[in-house]
Amino acid sequence: MAIELKMPALSPTMEEGTLAKWLVKPGDAVKSGDIIAEIETDKATMEFEAVDEGVMGALMVAEGTEGVKVGTVIATIQGDNEPAAPVAEPAATAEVEPAISHAPVPSAPAQVPSAPAAAATSQSNPVVPAGTAMTSNTVREALRDAMAEEMRADDRIFVMGEEVAEYQGAYKVTQGLLEEFGPRRVIDTPITEYGFAGIGAGAAMGGLRPIVEFMTFNFALQAIDHIINSAAKTNYMSGGQMRCPIVFRGPNGAASRVGAQHSQNFAPWYASVPGLIVIAPYDAADAKGLLKAAIRSEDPVIFLENELVYGRSFDVPQIEDWVLPIGKARIVRPGHDVTIVTYSIGVGLALEAAAILAGEGIEAEIVDLRTLRPLDKAAVLESLARTNRMVVVEEGFPVCSIASEIIAVAMEEGFDDLDAPVLRVCNEDVPLPYAANLERAALINAARIIAAVKKVCYR
Amino acid sequence: MAKSATPRTAKPSPASASPAAAGAKDLSPETVADDEAAFALRSLQSALANNTRYDASDAEMLKFYEQMVLIRRFEEKAGQLYGLGLIGGFCHLYIGQEAVAVGLQSALSEGHDSVITGYRDHGHMLAYGIDPKLIMAELTGRSAGISRGKGGSMHMFSTEHKFFGGHGIVGAQVPLGTGLAFGHKYRGDGGVCLAYFGDGAANQGQVYEAFNMAALWKLPIIFVIENNGYAMGTSVKRGSAETHFYRRGTGFRIPGMDVNGMDVLEVRQAAEVALAYVRAGNGPVLMEMTTYRYRGHSMSDPAKYRSREEVQEMRDKHDAIEAAKQDLLKRGVSEDRIKEIDKRIRQIVAEAADFAESSAEPALAELYTDVLVETY
Repeated sequence: MAIELKMPALSPTMEEGTLAKWLVKPGDAVKSGDIIAEIETDKATMEFEAVDEGVMGALMVAEGTEGVKVGTVIATIQGDNEPAAPVAEPAATAEVEPAISHAPVPSAPAQVPSAPAAAATSQSNPVVPAGTAMTSNTVREALRDAMAEEMRADDRIFVMGEEVAEYQGAYKVTQGLLEEFGPRRVIDTPITEYGFAGIGAGAAMGGLRPIVEFMTFNFALQAIDHIINSAAKTNYMSGGQMRCPIVFRGPNGAASRVGAQHSQNFAPWYASVPGLIVIAPYDAADAKGLLKAAIRSEDPVIFLENELVYGRSFDVPQIEDWVLPIGKARIVRPGHDVTIVTYSIGVGLALEAAAILAGEGIEAEIVDLRTLRPLDKAAVLESLARTNRMVVVEEGFPVCSIASEIIAVAMEEGFDDLDAPVLRVCNEDVPLPYAANLERAALINAARIIAAVKKVCYR
Repeated sequence: MAKSATPRTAKPSPASASPAAAGAKDLSPETVADDEAAFALRSLQSALANNTRYDASDAEMLKFYEQMVLIRRFEEKAGQLYGLGLIGGFCHLYIGQEAVAVGLQSALSEGHDSVITGYRDHGHMLAYGIDPKLIMAELTGRSAGISRGKGGSMHMFSTEHKFFGGHGIVGAQVPLGTGLAFGHKYRGDGGVCLAYFGDGAANQGQVYEAFNMAALWKLPIIFVIENNGYAMGTSVKRGSAETHFYRRGTGFRIPGMDVNGMDVLEVRQAAEVALAYVRAGNGPVLMEMTTYRYRGHSMSDPAKYRSREEVQEMRDKHDAIEAAKQDLLKRGVSEDRIKEIDKRIRQIVAEAADFAESSAEPALAELYTDVLVETY
């Protein structure tokens, strides 16, 4: 039985080529690996190897022929005594499909099922029964308590990072964990972000539950390949077979007078990546409840803290297992005149601005996003429907920001509710300077929020 | 450095101020430990040199031969299907390197020890007993593929077999594998991770970050550099200051082994030596497998950076499958029996190709599945 040799596609984009040269003639014996022809593709001259054994039959395309379409029969091989295994004759399938089978793009976009709609807004916080005792905790303590509680419950959880153990945490977030859990589970790493982010991701793939602390998220740029390419894509690329349940956490955003390389908000970077969860809490109760949820999640979580907020104290409910839902925003302050959408340290500034605005007769509703991916669009749009005006406050660069995204959501899905253009209050579009006055000038503050709110309220 | 209280400088450790320089016969504990470590760096190579080839039974040798032939025929078929447009994108074939995956993985406990590699991954999966149909169907992007058609040639996984991929970023699998080894140690399950990478990946910085932590924490991992001579089109000499890759762990006190990766019995013997060392809790081993890929880096590589004669020389004189065949014949295995194996493998590969071509593409709804595990 003759085996047909077809013009091969030798690159992802090749549709036709030139049969530059035959290196065999009819009657030649060939075996697997022998080079039988040279073929010029759109990129290079390639060698065409025999896969089957046998004797060359007819050469059906002459040397030097240009524009030979991929899939054209160029020669035949007479199989040797070994019966040519039912060589998957791909003819039938190949004809049905284009010779160059790019990803099967659906021809009619209408057939593409739309992305699953976000779940309707549910309770954004568990109900705290009236009379529940509150404890005043710093955000730092709340984060530590969240890790300790989860580690007590699940031996797969461990913490690794620079200075997390013996030093007790560069910002003291891991204080006391080494004493309670020992060096097996609280692990000091060398200064090697790329390496330990990869080790963490690998450990998660292998079934553990790592919490990887970056001393700050500025240093995570060294490791971003493992966050994006290893952690975020594993579940999808494996068709749901291999998971990467890991928490990358640490301070993010501007600290104080530490210069351009140590003062950046990476929230929009991570929030743009499908496959990641991105959380950025403000107060201690949210920090605790959301970090516990992040540690329990089967998905990779970026947990963005803020150095300037670590030391602030807030009430935390004294509830046995305080866990908050991921993906739910929270109305921090109700109001009816304007919606301020914000997250992380922006919440504090928005509250400060709202108090002043209230004195001037403007009641602002503050929506704390808390989770930046998936974004609680419903909460934003519901508030917009009540107030019809919106300002987005973000301590970060303005371009391609979370603010940009919220504005897009308002345009696409809340246009009819808008009585004024949405404004954003972000840092200046410059690297953060060191000089005290310049740094002040670059960062957002309550006064800028107040000015923007008045503008959208036409006051 | 952030404004935290201490600078990022390490405290001078008393152990690092070795008194060895002071005298030739210093027998302080630090010096003795240093000497032992220095010895260990060479000890595995010496152990291998004493006995370079694994004493395989006839049954084992037949199995090695069969697995290597399976990989070769599978890869040839994959190349053919690529040429027909049934496989798209990037496709990196393992032809020529079969002895490495087969020799090493035959020494592992499948489903217990973990394996991780880069994008040239078909052979390692086949060597770990993963169904060729599921691999080929992944190559053709079908829903029956091992990643349900969403990974492709470079992204295949089988957590059941403890095969962890299938990674497309050169060198990334090295820290990931170190993390898998960390998991083995953390759980105390006695498992070892085998992390493969190429001579090209060996120049990535993250490899050395992983070496450092693997050695520091004595993690059970064998780092395997498959040195096939070319990082895509850049020969080892043009890309590496230290071309003896087995020495690349010396700075981290990781013992190295220089292994002929074209001889399945030498590879297997090296695996025995390394596994005994790693399973005893001594930490990582670095192996350099000298091997050769007969095909281009990927399907669209014309491989003009090397001569046809060079490739032909390797095929004719150093082919691992041909050597294994000669070994079998010498043992008295009949030509017919070998032909029988060849025929059976061709059948398996043909069936895998048929399956891969006739399976359905993923349903469009699959576009949105598996982005996240949970619903939020």
